[in-house]
This record gives sequence, structure tokens and C-alpha cells, in this order.
Amino acid sequence: MTAAAAVNNDRTYSRLLGDLALGDPRFVVLTAENRAAIRDLPDRLGDRFIDVGICEQTMIGMAAGFALRGRIPVVHALATFLTLRAFEFIRDDVGIAGFPVKLIGGVPGFLSEANGPTHQAIDDLAVMRAIPGMQIFCPADESDLLAGLPAVLTSPAPTYVRFNASPSRLPHAPFELGHAELLSEGHDLGILAAGLLVPYVKEACDRLRDEGISSRLVNLRMIAPIDEEAIVETATRCHLVVVVEDHLLVGGVYQLVCEVLVRRGLSVPVLPFGLDARWFRPALLPDVLDHEGFSVAKLSERLRRAHRSRAGLRSSEEVVDVIFEPLPLVSNGRSTP
Amino acid sequence: MTDFTEAEQIARRVRAHAIRMATGGGCFLGASLSCADILVYLYTHVLRTSPTRREDPTRDYLLLSKGHDVPALYGTLAELGYFPTARLANHLSTDDHLYWHPNRAIPGVEFHSGSLGHLLSVGMGIALEAKISGGPSRVFVVVGDGELNEGSVWEAALVASAKRLDNLVVIVDRNGFQANVATESLIPLEPLADKLASFGFAVAEIDGHHFPSLEEAFAVVPRRPGSPTAIVARTVRNKGLPSLEGRAERWFVNLSPAEVQMLLQELQGASRATLTSEPLVVR
Repeated sequence: MTAAAAVNNDRTYSRLLGDLALGDPRFVVLTAENRAAIRDLPDRLGDRFIDVGICEQTMIGMAAGFALRGRIPVVHALATFLTLRAFEFIRDDVGIAGFPVKLIGGVPGFLSEANGPTHQAIDDLAVMRAIPGMQIFCPADESDLLAGLPAVLTSPAPTYVRFNASPSRLPHAPFELGHAELLSEGHDLGILAAGLLVPYVKEACDRLRDEGISSRLVNLRMIAPIDEEAIVETATRCHLVVVVEDHLLVGGVYQLVCEVLVRRGLSVPVLPFGLDARWFRPALLPDVLDHEGFSVAKLSERLRRAHRSRAGLRSSEEVVDVIFEPLPLVSNGRSTP
Repeated sequence: MTDFTEAEQIARRVRAHAIRMATGGGCFLGASLSCADILVYLYTHVLRTSPTRREDPTRDYLLLSKGHDVPALYGTLAELGYFPTARLANHLSTDDHLYWHPNRAIPGVEFHSGSLGHLLSVGMGIALEAKISGGPSRVFVVVGDGELNEGSVWEAALVASAKRLDNLVVIVDRNGFQANVATESLIPLEPLADKLASFGFAVAEIDGHHFPSLEEAFAVVPRRPGSPTAIVARTVRNKGLPSLEGRAERWFVNLSPAEVQMLLQELQGASRATLTSEPLVVR
């Protein structure tokens, strides 16, 4: 995908959150000294902007205290430290209470780029999904984030936002809690994706369409509550379902989709494009995507192969063989393991 | 000089309630009896709250962070009319919510706990919210001394001081024991008052079973404007039952009905009870 789309300075996460907070005194904004996305809020919100320092656990406990007093705390930290270091505080003080604390996890998944495995939130969906009542919002890009933000922040449920303000040219439908977004209609491949990778998958699907392969692409938007009908519809209409995520297969979107299909009695091959029990190679985002097989070119090739294999196969077992056959991905003279 | 006769009588009844809850499955009796006087004093003389003010945003809050001593809280709340004392007989029944840790289904319980090291930060959120909204609420958080092993307590203490939460009071039930052993034999806490003072708290160290001392400690909150307060209340595990006082292996007890009667008599000043029930040192 070409990252040529300009950042719209008039409509940013920080601007929208600030506007919402100024219009609704229930909002307080907390951060564990992570201000990248909210630099202008201290001036706009005054004493409703609270920086607790590098204290994720304390921040979550305090957020629960604020919620007990009727406020809606919007808390910020890097996704790994938020969901893992403060996990028990989220589970106990927010989850058990069912408080409307809004957890904004920065640089999730591939967005941690070159930081290395300590910063790779590729298990955040797994742990957040395990908390009863937790809503999970995975915006595909900045405009998707902004489309969903008002509904997500004002809903009464505790919510984890897999923060993603990446620019993209993808047009988005109006947002509705618990509803996925259909980005393209087709029947050869059914693709379910969430988060950062959605625009890349869309561009890959456009390429395949030019080659005569039609894809039904669904931007899931929310992981909890999950739009079961969107998954069922895709599995019913398409010969092969592909799940694309920058998350471990364990506890991520792939497993969620499989759960839904099994529960609904649908038997269809489901091919995961995710991280299979490993960390990703730290690098700048375009290089991570290329190395891990999620650039537009690599995604196009993987989807092309998946479709070709499926078209000539008789049983889902043979699909499995294809799925786990390493793809000979080569770029810039480097080959992937 | 204040007459504490009524508070002393309530405290004795709270202890009796806790002893009655220590059968049919048992409870954490040791910590319940060590903090009973603190809770009774706070609810009868300090906290600006009552059964009719449970939704009042100007009320004071008490949070029991070391939640396993909840029988003392159940007993105190029942004695003060938050719910009928007869309900205490439902302890551990699936028909009610009176289990081994506090939860908000019980009238008067402000927040749930169980995992140690959580409610100082929750209390700080309440305290800071009260300040932002201009409310008079004060927040009293009771922590255990064993609980001070948890790093989250000290992390929160740093922030409490930084945010100048002088409407926050931390009370350490300093009974000298964590689950199975004396605190000083495992992870020494002393000099505890100095540690808390170095974190920015205005500190007082008192006898947590002596009402005049409690009165002096809580007479003025905050003890120093701009600073959170910490009261280190020296207490005795199983206070009120000389046969069990200060015994490491009598943390959680599950008594026979006869033992309950013996201990109730001991509480009233009769001779020491001799327990034959299994000492439990498991959590």
C-alpha cells in the first residue's frame, strides 16, 4: 500500500477526544506518561488530564476510582504495558466492576516496528478477550478510529481500543457497535481482517480482482462483541475463508472466527495469516510487513496461492498442507525463513 | 475525655460476629480481629457516611484493600445498620454474597478486593476525583502489613504523594504477620513509618487497639496539608482471644461449633480456650 495519504490535521484522535471531553464533563484522560497521541490535551482539559508517570497499574486502579465516582476515564499506555503489566488491575478493578474505563493501547501489533518482542502487543486481543464484558475495538486506520470513537467512548462497557491512527485512503461506512464493515463483495475468497492490515488486504484484493479473483473482504472493526453474522455470511458465500491479523494465532481473530464457525455448525477451510507462535522480526513498518508476508505484494501472492490451491483441492486436509507450506517470499535480495 | 464505652461494646460484638463466621468453612479470623477496633473507630467516629448516605457523593469512603479481613467489615456494617445482623448467618451461602472477600453486593462495601495491592490506587482515583469535582470526600484505605510486599502499593504511594492527595488516609493494620510467618522474618518492613514518610506521607504510629490513640491519630485529616496521611496502627493478630493472639498458624481458622462457643466465652473474659481443630496455614 502506498502511504501517500496525507494526515488530516483537522481531524485527529487528540482533537476528537478533546472535543468529546469538553462536551461531556464525565470524561477524564489519564496517561502513564505516554503522550504521543494526546499532546494538546493537557492545555485543553486542565485538571481532567492526569499523567501518573510510568505507573500502569496505579493508572488503572485510579481509573476504577474515577469510574466509581461516575467519570469515564480514557487511559493511555503502550499496548503491551497496558494489557500485560496492568492486566490484573484491568481484570479486577475494571472488569469485575464492569466500569466504562476506556483502555487505549498504543503501537499494537506490527506498529511497534523496531522495538523488539518486549513491545510487541501480539497477544493483547487474547488477554482482553478473556475478560467478561470487555469490548474490543480494532480500527483499520485513522478514519476508522475516528468513526468508531464516539460510540466506543460513550458506551457503558469497559473497552480496549487497539489504537491505530495510520493514514489510509480507505473510505469507511458509518460505525455501529458490534458491527463489521463490508469492504468488497466476492465469492472466491472470503477475507476477515482487523486492524492495521485491513487497508493492505484491500489493496491486495483490488489487484486480485483485476486478475479475475473476487474477494469478499470484511473489516471486523470490533472483536468483542463480534459480528457473528458477518463471519457466517462470509463462510457461507465463499469457498475459503482467510483471516488476516497482526496477532498470535493463539487467542486472536483466527481462533475467534473458528469458534464462531464451529458453534454455528459450519465446515469451511479457514486459512490463518497471522503469527504462528513466534515474535515478528523488529524493523521499520514497511520492512516488517515485507518480511512477515503482509505487504500488498506478499499478501497478493499468498491470497493468489490460497485461491489456486483451493480451486484444485478436494478436501480441507489438503488445504492445510498448503497453508503451512512455507512460501518462497523473496524481496530486496533477502529470503524469509 | 471521650467516652468510648459504646465503641468498645460494638467492637466486642464485631469480634463475636467474626468468631461465629469462623465455622462451617471458616474465615480469616486473625486479620479480622486485628483490624476490628480500627474499623469500628473509623465508622463510629471518623467517617462521614451512614446507611442512608450510600449514594451521597459527598460521603467519605472506606476501602478494605486486604480484603480477607472482611468478617470485621461485615460485622461492623451490620452493627451500624447497613444490613441486618441476622444476615451474617448467610456467611459462605450461595444464597448471599458474604464470602471470603468484600464485594459491592453487600450494603456499605464501597469496592471489591481480594488480590492485594489494588485499593490504594482505586482510593487515589476516588480522592483525586473528589478534588477535581470540588467535593469534600475523604478516602480511608486499610492495608495489611503483609500486603506491603506488593510493589503496586509503593508505586501508588509515589503517585499519591506526587498528586498531593491530602484527602487520602492509608491505615496499615500492622499485626506483624503475613499469611504464614511474621513479616520481619520474611520481608522486613521496619522502619515502616520512616519508609512511608520518605514516600511523602504524613505519618503517625499508634496502638491500633486503643481508642484514645485512634482518636488522636484521626483528629485532624490531613495531618499535613498537601500530603497524604499514613497511620501505622500496631495491632495483634486475633486480638481479644488470648489463646490465639499472635499465633502464626491461626490465620485462617475453621472451628467446630463447640470451639466457637469456647472462644465466644473467652472473648467475654472467661478462661482461655483450647482448640483441637486443625491449624490451617494454607490460603
